[in-house]
Amino acid sequence: MAIDESVRKAVLGAVPSLRAFAISLCGNVDRADDLVQETLVRALANIDSFQSGTNMSAWLFTILRNHFRSEYRKRRREVEDSEGHYAETLKTQPEQHGQVEFREFREALSHLPADQCEALILVGASGFSYEEAAHICGCAVGTIKSRVNRARTRLAELLSIHGADEFGPDEQTRAVLAGGRE
Amino acid sequence: METAATRPKKDHTKPAKLGREVQARLGQQLRAMYDEIVNQGVPTRFTELLNRLDGDGNKDKR
Repeated sequence: MAIDESVRKAVLGAVPSLRAFAISLCGNVDRADDLVQETLVRALANIDSFQSGTNMSAWLFTILRNHFRSEYRKRRREVEDSEGHYAETLKTQPEQHGQVEFREFREALSHLPADQCEALILVGASGFSYEEAAHICGCAVGTIKSRVNRARTRLAELLSIHGADEFGPDEQTRAVLAGGRE
Repeated sequence: METAATRPKKDHTKPAKLGREVQARLGQQLRAMYDEIVNQGVPTRFTELLNRLDGDGNKDKR
């Protein structure tokens, strides 16, 4: 295929964020990069189905997310050395404190159910709106909201962030109900 | 695209919610972790991939 210059630009522009999303999902840099690569190959093979004028980034995220769901998720637990791989990518980073914090944070993230994890990343880090995230995940906006709420609550527990131990099951249930109503 | 910084904060009233400062801290850590990867830019592997896919087409397609 010949790649249109504007397409090339948009695709490459989305790569850094796609990688960050993929690494958050996989917990392993090498596998995440493979996932991004497969995503780009698929996307470009189906570039005709991309509607110009719409959000290229969201389109690529959707492909990556669906591919991850169908191919990668089941392999997730087979790989135990994600910490090592991740630490490797951080070697060039000067800030020691940050690394430790990320490691704990990554560890906590890996304990979230995949649907909560992806919702939290899309909304909390990738900068997508709840509506865009719902579109990417193929679910209702309210579902995304409740997943994000549950993800935050669970993360706070896992990281023992101040105040988190006050949230019992009842609180979580209420959060779900509150999120699902909209 | 809307950024995390500009996104309007939802006004949770009752539920379960974490305190404002807990949420803020979680959000901060999440974005810091994410941005650390984003700031690595585009690894050459991906520019090479696009070159290859582009080149493939020129050669293989008629």
